[in-house]
Amino acid sequence: MTTHDTRPGSAGGADTAGPLHGGPDDDYTPEQLAAMPREELDRLGASYDGVQILHVDPGPEPGSALERRSVRQVGTVFALAGLAAFGFVVIYIGSGWFLPEWEWTIDSGTWSSWFTPMLGVLMGLALILVGLGLVLYTRKLLPHETAVQDKHDGSHFDRVTTGATLVGGLHNSGLARRKLITRSLAFMGGGLGLMLLMPLGGLIKNPNTGNPLGTTSWAPGVRLVRNDGTPIRPGDAVPGSLETVFPEVPGGNREADAATMLIRLRPEQVAVEEPREGQDGFGYGDYVAFSKICTHAGCPVSLYEQETSRILCPCHQSQFLVTQGAKPVFGPATRALPQLPLDVDEDGYFVARSDYLEAVGPTYWNRERI
Amino acid sequence: MARTATAPGAPTSRLGKTAHEIDDRLIVAGPLRRTLNKVFPDHWSFLLGEIALYSFIVLLLSGTYLTFFFDPSMREVTYEGAYAPLRGVEMSAAYDSALDLSFDVRGGLFMRQVHHWAALLFMASIIVHLLRIFFTGAFRRPRETNWLIGVGLLVLAMLEGATGYTLPDDLLSGTGLRIISAIILAIPVIGTWAHWAVFGGDFPGELIIGRFYIVHVLLIPAILLALIAVHMLLLVKQKHTQFPGPGRTEHNVVGNRLFPTFAGKAGGLFFIVFGVIAALGGLVQINPIWLWGPYNPAQVSAASQPDWYVMFLDGSTRLFPAWDINLPGNYQIPALFWPTLVLPGILFTLLALYPMIERKLTGDTAAHHLLQRPRDVPVRTSLGTMSVAFYFWLIMSGGNDVIADKFDVSLNAMTWVGRLGLIVVPPLVYVFTYRICLGLQKHDREVLEHGIETGVIRRLPHGEFIEVHQPLGPVDEHGHGQLAYGGASVPKKMNQIGGARRAIRGFFRPIESPAAVELEQRQEEHGLASAESRELTSSGRPSEGGRPSEGGKPQEPRD
Repeated sequence: MTTHDTRPGSAGGADTAGPLHGGPDDDYTPEQLAAMPREELDRLGASYDGVQILHVDPGPEPGSALERRSVRQVGTVFALAGLAAFGFVVIYIGSGWFLPEWEWTIDSGTWSSWFTPMLGVLMGLALILVGLGLVLYTRKLLPHETAVQDKHDGSHFDRVTTGATLVGGLHNSGLARRKLITRSLAFMGGGLGLMLLMPLGGLIKNPNTGNPLGTTSWAPGVRLVRNDGTPIRPGDAVPGSLETVFPEVPGGNREADAATMLIRLRPEQVAVEEPREGQDGFGYGDYVAFSKICTHAGCPVSLYEQETSRILCPCHQSQFLVTQGAKPVFGPATRALPQLPLDVDEDGYFVARSDYLEAVGPTYWNRERI
Repeated sequence: MARTATAPGAPTSRLGKTAHEIDDRLIVAGPLRRTLNKVFPDHWSFLLGEIALYSFIVLLLSGTYLTFFFDPSMREVTYEGAYAPLRGVEMSAAYDSALDLSFDVRGGLFMRQVHHWAALLFMASIIVHLLRIFFTGAFRRPRETNWLIGVGLLVLAMLEGATGYTLPDDLLSGTGLRIISAIILAIPVIGTWAHWAVFGGDFPGELIIGRFYIVHVLLIPAILLALIAVHMLLLVKQKHTQFPGPGRTEHNVVGNRLFPTFAGKAGGLFFIVFGVIAALGGLVQINPIWLWGPYNPAQVSAASQPDWYVMFLDGSTRLFPAWDINLPGNYQIPALFWPTLVLPGILFTLLALYPMIERKLTGDTAAHHLLQRPRDVPVRTSLGTMSVAFYFWLIMSGGNDVIADKFDVSLNAMTWVGRLGLIVVPPLVYVFTYRICLGLQKHDREVLEHGIETGVIRRLPHGEFIEVHQPLGPVDEHGHGQLAYGGASVPKKMNQIGGARRAIRGFFRPIESPAAVELEQRQEEHGLASAESRELTSSGRPSEGGRPSEGGKPQEPRD
């Protein structure tokens, strides 16, 4: 055949398939194959795939007690699987129809509290039984054969010929000589790569505009309110108590960094209190207020043990000593909890004297500089 | 060509004709035969990777179902669903829809729990599969690429789990997200910029659930799927490894063909894995998000812990000392950076590079298709158990508050136990493992040289008592076995070499007669040597110096 036939309207010669090279169809005629029994065909095909059947343990003899028994077993397992599956369907459809309602109720021990477990048991049972049936079938009713397959390393012939094709193509392209093209290709590749990456720039935002990490909603005169929005007077809490308070601004109780602990120290705690340097008088009477956001990983520090004056963060067990300006005394936290300077307004409610003097929450690279 | 309907061997049945028609168009007969004939070695430990694959399929199915109902939005809504205790509570739409999924969708809770359990099983099977590959040396040339892909899959699966954990936006996942936020902030130099890029602003912002959602349901699953495909293509291409044994060489695979034996077993395993996950999903409650409540930055519950596969990082974070590094110019590297980013970075890099490291250290660059028994490579095995000890020590420390609470131990003591143990325990485990490996090696040689202990005590004419040993093969003039250790398991009990006939089949009552089994086994000849050489010739002890046999054939087992 040729592709260089220039006669008008020529399709390039006779339309016949080329010869097959070295395929098994050359080795065996259809007549020969037709004469072979099925087992032999199976083994012949396997041998072309590099597989040899070494040894076959036939399955149980047809009609034997062992076979009948195995068939019964496998059949029972599949039937039970079907039963469980239909059970699932019945429970799923029937609940709230001819069975009791599945929806959540406050009482335990109702149909609703059994609904999910029943679904799980039935679906689990159905699927596990299907699996079990398949395994039993394979082990008990199929012949056990041991086969061995050859493992081929890479072919030298393939490597050499493929290499020739690749190198030939590269050589014909002349890229090794045509430096202008390789250079412009490199330039183009760099440009295209960068261009396609550019839209990711939409994700980049400047974290320093407005200093969101260093500031909170606390400001001079902002009242301390409870989660329900009620303000607090100095007489409201007993010594030794801790209350979580928020700035009285819209959505203050949902802000991630404003939550503050208002702690009323007990007299013996007041006696040993040593505020951090420069934070004398941040408290109000026997009240002190510290940020609730852990300086380690930002969890709310919640567990206050007034006997030891320690606040424990439940996430990584950092401990802060309330009587010493909430400085860390154990665990992975490195910085004291920032202290909120307290005051009382003319109506007798707690207010902040200012925002926190330092950034609340976890440490970051340029925290000290903000 | 000449194959027409009248050619010999042309199909006559309807099914055969259909198959013929299909192959005329798609030409699949050849590849299909090659696939069906592919030989899979038979060992239980080769199924561990399959368990991971099957749990991934369950994850895809159940996860797709969940997306029909989940609303990944941080919009504030008021809960009005069926779960009365939370009615009227303000929450994000994500949490609201996760609650609806649990209480207002028929079977939704079941599917949610199936998804979560499948994720845990996925991670567990990946790690156990990884250990199998590691301890048997299956990562050696030519399989380093697949090892790398496997490590990539492990890391991606962890990220996938962590993003999924965050989605319901309950108190627990919000706490986890807060810690993720702190970890991102802790990156030196670019921390705050990275945080703003991921969260779109300060924590928590309004975007993060939506972003994690698309990462969780599209981005990572797509990469996982692609990597799993490559992982398995390479496996098919390079063929399986196998343990050394009779007829097994570096150049073949001995086992079952895909069809029907392996397909039957693998299909069975798929259904069993799916079934176990379904049973767990229905029976064992997991992550009851309605008990945690919506996320609130000011609240946290005690024993807030990540899923177990992230727990080692939680542990390292708890143990790492409060070491901020202050740099000139008032810059800081937070202590949090080391245990949460640097440590896993080092761990996963070492893990990924291990095949190359071992190749460099041992100088073994040859291709290997036969697996090694862990005892035969004591250094690698000890390194492995050391790493496992390190990992589990960190996991344990991730729950140190729970341990402290349940066992009434001081929490601070637990932290110190964790810190010191992390340094002391892994080297100890290394040493112990090394000694155990050597001991097992010695025992293998001992049995090969002197034979199996039969438990038969014999009194010699001069009054000495000896234990009769059964040699495993031919012996030299001193009565020492001549078999060399071949890297395969050495039988150590008489029953393993046919010292007794196998158990009679039948669970409640025997279904075969003992005599028939006896007969069958005599024909089969299970022993390693011929019947004559089974004769016990000496105690096998060197001091005996090849004393000729004085009788003492093994007793025929009696029923």
